[in-house]
Amino acid sequence: MNEWLKNDVEFEPERYELTAGPAYQFELGEMQRRDFFKVLGAGVVIVLTLKDTLAQQESGGGRRGGGSRPVEIGAWLHIAESGAVTAYTGKAEVGQNIRTSLTQAVAEELRAPVSAIKIVMGDTDLTPFDAGTFGSRTTPDMFPQLRKAAAAAREIMLDLAAEQLKVERGSLLATNGKITHQPTKQSLSYGQLSKGQKIMKAIGAAPLSPSGEWKVAGKTLRKINGRDIVTGKHQYTPDIKLPGMLHGRVLRPSAFGATLASIDARLAVAPGVTVVRDGDFAGVTAPSQEAAARAVEAIRIEWKTTPQVSAKELFAHLKKTPNPPANAPAALAESLAVAHQKLERTYTIAYIAHAPLEPRAAVAEWKDGKLTVWTGTQRPFGVRGELANAFRIPETSVRVIVPDTGSGYGGKHTGEMAVEAARLAKAAGKPVKLVWTREEEFIWAYFRPAGVIDVTSGVSKDGVITAWDFHNYNSGNAGLRPVYAIQHQRNEFHRSDSPLRQGSYRALASTANHFAREVHIDELAESLKMDPLEFRLKNLKDERLRAVLEAAAKTFGWGKSKPAANHGFGIAGGFEKAGYVANCVEVAVDRASGKVRLVRVVTAFECGAIVNPDGLKNQVEGSVIQGIGGALFEAIDFADGKILNPRFSRYRVPRFSDTPKLETVLLDRKDLPSAGAGECPIVGLAPAVSNAIFNATNIRLRSLPMVPGGLKV
Amino acid sequence: MALSSRIERAKREHGKDGNNGTDGKFFDLPSVPLFPFVPYSLFFAFQIEKAESNWERRAMRIVELQINGTKRRVEIDGERALLSVLRDEFDLTGAKYGCGEGQCGACTVLIDGRAVRSCLTQVASVEGKQIITIEGLEQKGRLHPLQEAFLAVDAMQCGYCTAGMIMSGVGLLKKNPNPTEPEILRAMEGNICRCGTYPRIVAAIQQAANGDKTAKGGAR
Repeated sequence: MNEWLKNDVEFEPERYELTAGPAYQFELGEMQRRDFFKVLGAGVVIVLTLKDTLAQQESGGGRRGGGSRPVEIGAWLHIAESGAVTAYTGKAEVGQNIRTSLTQAVAEELRAPVSAIKIVMGDTDLTPFDAGTFGSRTTPDMFPQLRKAAAAAREIMLDLAAEQLKVERGSLLATNGKITHQPTKQSLSYGQLSKGQKIMKAIGAAPLSPSGEWKVAGKTLRKINGRDIVTGKHQYTPDIKLPGMLHGRVLRPSAFGATLASIDARLAVAPGVTVVRDGDFAGVTAPSQEAAARAVEAIRIEWKTTPQVSAKELFAHLKKTPNPPANAPAALAESLAVAHQKLERTYTIAYIAHAPLEPRAAVAEWKDGKLTVWTGTQRPFGVRGELANAFRIPETSVRVIVPDTGSGYGGKHTGEMAVEAARLAKAAGKPVKLVWTREEEFIWAYFRPAGVIDVTSGVSKDGVITAWDFHNYNSGNAGLRPVYAIQHQRNEFHRSDSPLRQGSYRALASTANHFAREVHIDELAESLKMDPLEFRLKNLKDERLRAVLEAAAKTFGWGKSKPAANHGFGIAGGFEKAGYVANCVEVAVDRASGKVRLVRVVTAFECGAIVNPDGLKNQVEGSVIQGIGGALFEAIDFADGKILNPRFSRYRVPRFSDTPKLETVLLDRKDLPSAGAGECPIVGLAPAVSNAIFNATNIRLRSLPMVPGGLKV
Repeated sequence: MALSSRIERAKREHGKDGNNGTDGKFFDLPSVPLFPFVPYSLFFAFQIEKAESNWERRAMRIVELQINGTKRRVEIDGERALLSVLRDEFDLTGAKYGCGEGQCGACTVLIDGRAVRSCLTQVASVEGKQIITIEGLEQKGRLHPLQEAFLAVDAMQCGYCTAGMIMSGVGLLKKNPNPTEPEILRAMEGNICRCGTYPRIVAAIQQAANGDKTAKGGAR
């Protein structure tokens, strides 16, 4: 992986999608040989390429280039003569509401009204380089960065005002987009002071408002562009239309890893239809979506496939790792051997899909030697690199623009849709819009890794965990280490050969690791007949995790009442991306139908100083609801390189009726820096649900999803 | 897959037992005949056999639609999905493509006051009917009470499902101005929000139903 990425973020190995090779090795042959292929008349161009035009492909899709952060204020913030403030960030809005929270950052430090601030996001020509919107980095990283830029700009406004008004700087006050000389009430607006000039000074170390004194941040601010959302005005990538634009479709292989054996496009001949073949890539462009779809159906195409691992062999396959665990270190082995109780359990986790409601989409335009692509990605600069690689052009010839996007959950880190749209646009000689179908989104995006987790533990008679041997196969190492104070422990991640393309998903493997750990902890407590909360607290020194567990338990009334018949209570907690979460869950099991229903979920969450309380609450609630799917019923089924359930009618996601009563307790730690909240609140739900199902039925469920076909009681 | 095949599949699969154990139908199919013409797939197979490809000119005709109170005419294939006609011919992009099989509700519009999945609605079947899209809810700069409620409750995250949610909610409130919570859940079951804002959407519908401008944001 690249140095810039390593330096910019903590990088977990399960972000496989960032280290994979490029999706396509284009030959781009038509640049030399295009005319030769204009042979089929009637407005059709069949663009094929010849082997002899193959250029040496660079390796490493999308990871070249990069950059460092600019230091001058003007790269981050601009004040127009009108007083309009524009801030710039390479982050992307995918529903986590950072457009709003970053606006709060600027308003807070600049002392300007929220209404005067606009944030330009994810535009590689306009915004400073950014590695990507992932790892819950926006709040701990970009929020302070824009605060610093805004505070520095405010200080310059003060300097300029002191100079123009010829008064003591100390007698000036910055409020509401202007500087006021307090004794005389004379004031100058930021627009009058800046005169729209770019501020080239370095950001430096202007004083920041302590979180305890925040006036705009720390308070609920409704979604800044909410009105455009509720009126349908906001344009997501699939809503963009350029003059002369065509619609594109890609001919998808019949299975993963298939190579294109033959293509016969004669029946796709129609006015305005272009068929493109370049290596293993084949696609069409047409004046309408329907015409493009018909052209795809008319093309006879054959793929060469190879046999592949299927879902039923998955877990045995994942255990065949090239780096199996060594024998336990002597101290750990000894500790396990002498434990009062020793427990050995295996947990499994299925592949699941992000299924963002906006499928991958891109609009690509080649104009005057420059490629511009609008696309919903969490990594605009990464996708710019992918495009530059694919077309062997400099990154300066590529612009990627990310409209606020219909969600990602870690699933939109790669730019294959941008590359495909650009390839089609290049062949058609016109702008092309490509919107993946739901089926394509299910099949050709990447999945949250499946995994097998083996846990062996030892516990003393009085409930102290003495030994812990934890091995995760394939799903990843986020959240691998327990926060529990265990004297002898080993926590290892073992890479496997994943049969499916896998990559980042909200909270990464932390959900899998928390599931195994927190269910196992419950099993240990059960083996000693100890209360699960008491057992956790006994083994926990970390005060922040204790605090959320206690807060959740208090709100839930843990230990105060017994569940009704066929109901169960469960608890779990965890730590991820500098946030702490605990869930108390009540489930109801219908023994006749096997249906498991979440009745009530209490979530206590703490991520430092809260930036936007209701925005945070929304994220926490959303994490819990999304987590229900992976906990109870979401699983990708596959065989021989094919996804068997690539539709919402075959892949069940949480719906209205799955929603439990939610109670969310937010602990505001003004003394701690603000951390991100898009990921952590998802990690505790699944184990809490498993523990509650056990409480209701004495059935211990150790596989995610737990009840895809209902519970067999 | 052609629209008619998608409609057939949706009818076949999303009946009472469909959708992996989730109860009930998720969508309202238009009540008019679905297949006025030869199913497209058969038509197409025939074409392949004859190695002809004049399908582009097939079935083009003038279609007259009442959209958001305005008469709109367009020359198109009447078998096209209403969703793509709204989006591509009239630039009404508020209704979204989410699944193409009536399972997610992102494409919901009102047809004669009923919430309908425009991705499974043939445009010819709605000629002469009143089509209202999210763009048509705002009247003289005033948002519909449910739009206001979505803002007040912050009933969204990424917002991609929002237009469909609002149109389904408006459809429900037209039928039932004071729905109970179970009635709201049942009516909205066919709309997916992957961000998980369901409790807020329920709260927004309740707020709009009650005309309660003071209700606070957040979940139940």
